[in-house]
Amino acid sequence: MEVTTKSMPYEAWKDNEYIEKLVNELKESGTNVIVGQLDKLINWGRSNSLWPLTFATSCCGIEFVSLGAARFDMARFGWEVARASPRQADFMMVAGTIVNRMVPVFRRLYDQLAEPKYVIACGSCAISGGPFRKSYHVAKGIEDIVPVDVFVPGCPPRPEAMIYGIMQLSRKVKVEKFFGGVNRQEKQQEFLESHPVSGVND
Amino acid sequence: MANIQEKIAKLYPEAVVEQADTLTITIDDARWHNLAQTLRDDFSMDYLVTIVGMDWKESLGCIYYLMSSKTNEIIAVKVSTTDRERPMLHSVADLWRVACLYEREVYDFFGIIFIGNPDMRRLFLNIDWKGYPLRKDYDEDPALNPVSIENERQSDLTDTWVEENGKVVKKEVQVFAPEDFVVNIGPQHPATHGVLRFRTAVDGEEIKKIDVYMGYIHRGVEKLCESLTYPQTLHYMDRLDYFSAHNYHHGLCLLFERAAGIEISRRAQVIRVMMDELSRIASHCLFIGTYCMDLGATTMLFYTLRVREQILDIMEKTCGARMTFNYDCIGGVMQDLAPDFVQDVKALLAVLPENIKEYNKIFTGNVIARKRMEGVGVLTREDAISYAVTGPSGRASGWACDMRKLKPYSIYSELDFNEVTATEGDSMARFKVRLLEIEESAKILAQLVDNIPEGEYCVKVPKVLKIPAGQYFEIVEGCRGAFALYLESDGTTKPYRLKIAPPCLTLAGVVDHITRGTKIADLITIGGSLDYIVPDMDR
Repeated sequence: MEVTTKSMPYEAWKDNEYIEKLVNELKESGTNVIVGQLDKLINWGRSNSLWPLTFATSCCGIEFVSLGAARFDMARFGWEVARASPRQADFMMVAGTIVNRMVPVFRRLYDQLAEPKYVIACGSCAISGGPFRKSYHVAKGIEDIVPVDVFVPGCPPRPEAMIYGIMQLSRKVKVEKFFGGVNRQEKQQEFLESHPVSGVND
Repeated sequence: MANIQEKIAKLYPEAVVEQADTLTITIDDARWHNLAQTLRDDFSMDYLVTIVGMDWKESLGCIYYLMSSKTNEIIAVKVSTTDRERPMLHSVADLWRVACLYEREVYDFFGIIFIGNPDMRRLFLNIDWKGYPLRKDYDEDPALNPVSIENERQSDLTDTWVEENGKVVKKEVQVFAPEDFVVNIGPQHPATHGVLRFRTAVDGEEIKKIDVYMGYIHRGVEKLCESLTYPQTLHYMDRLDYFSAHNYHHGLCLLFERAAGIEISRRAQVIRVMMDELSRIASHCLFIGTYCMDLGATTMLFYTLRVREQILDIMEKTCGARMTFNYDCIGGVMQDLAPDFVQDVKALLAVLPENIKEYNKIFTGNVIARKRMEGVGVLTREDAISYAVTGPSGRASGWACDMRKLKPYSIYSELDFNEVTATEGDSMARFKVRLLEIEESAKILAQLVDNIPEGEYCVKVPKVLKIPAGQYFEIVEGCRGAFALYLESDGTTKPYRLKIAPPCLTLAGVVDHITRGTKIADLITIGGSLDYIVPDMDR
């Protein structure tokens, strides 16, 4: 099964091994035909209308604004509905450095996103701390705080790179299993159990 | 200058006055408040540029940089204490309103307590933070201050230290009155332009007080700079106010070049100034777009970003990046101009007038826009100076504070352009000043575009750059206001202390003052019109 999105030729993707691994996992788990078709339908809908959360802390956020404007025009892909409230958003593009004081707030925003939810770590600060890694007040990447689905490197990444990143995410959404457990979300549960926040029950 | 030197020596015989990079007065803490009063009232030193906290190992202290709004002279005052356990200095928060914020910053970084400051809380770091990060003996062990996903402890109390019967005592004061109804706005809010938090006390729709809570993007750039060589420190300038990347780079390069005695070519100077002005146009365009979006006119963003993208294309051809250019370097610029730079700039200048006309047509004259902006958030000239609100926001209040005119650097003294000022001081004035500044920047570009001299774009500089020991100060005009830099060198390849005084910190500091008594919906108008960049204020 060749998973692609937005009519992009399958060979043009840079990292197909990863998605093939996910497809194999999906196949091995075995699903009956009807449920499988329903899954496909739901994933098709979801992957084409990923709504981002308006969330930016620094430079990368400005490239995200450019992404929304006429030149790069993310409305072409169905991602233009940037929501100010996490309860209405599907994924969050972590654009910028996350510092110690921001960490609890950031985690709470993630917890407030409605399921299914995804995270894109955008730019070197979100990935590893970037140029500020050695600082006393910077989290060294967001991977220790929330589970991350896609990494988009760059300082800041160009809008084209962001488009590619979100397209990779929509490809991942396409191979999810909605009925009877979701591939990715089982891992998410494990992650959240190992990184608990007191006072948050769900 | 000699005049000031003599008068101070006469009035304060114990003070040490020396003419270094800047006229510097060293005075005892006990006499400091008196001197401050004299300087402000008799020498019209009414603009407190910055307070530089310092750790000289054997002593802790502050360097106050003052500027006169009348004569444009800059002087520095050094005050220090040898007590490292409980260092205390006298506050000047009663003389300059902005000092309250600056002193909180120094307290946060160095632990110096200011006697008489009404609000002695930490500014960027959590209340439970252990140690003072910019002290030389700070323990950076991450185990002491771990990254935690637990919510930080909050307090409604603040400390104030007062002198009673010759003894200094600590008093606890409430930030808000017990009957206040406090609404939390931010840090994740689309209208705060980043991660900034306002704790807002409201009475119905009216704002009673705002406590600006910063530090959600405090990255400790000043401390990081101390561990890097001089050319390496430049890279952080791109990431403070990312719209003024060229301007900030320019400022720091000027500082290093002056300190190291490097002369750069005329070609490099012209290129730098052109890049500065291009960034100013791009920055103001984005301001107009996002500001109109805050007020509900989403379409404007697409119109203004059209021009911005055109400028980014010009920059990308030369610098190789859309943002974080890292273009200015010590000795000139990183690489030569792209072959079609001149042609591209001319194309930009050709379309700019009609674009500005379009902005005015769509938005400036719009009745809803006018009702929302006119008379909202008035800042008087005196308050603008006292709160150190520089840049277009200060000029909208009638304070001519353009450093390109007051302290002309590079080739600005040869250029013909006007300093745009307004007298109303409201949100509309702040908006209009920026629109007009685009035209002035275009004027500068038009003068230079055909006169880029031939020559080398970067002069030879030593591979390992050492700056002679001493103190250096530089102030340039960013897109949002005066950007001051202070460097203390100990003669090695790394700065002993590099203080970055960004304009946006004071812009956020004035929010409480302007918004008192206005409606909560006006907070968006006012905050947007000040145009602060949060990573710039937090550093």
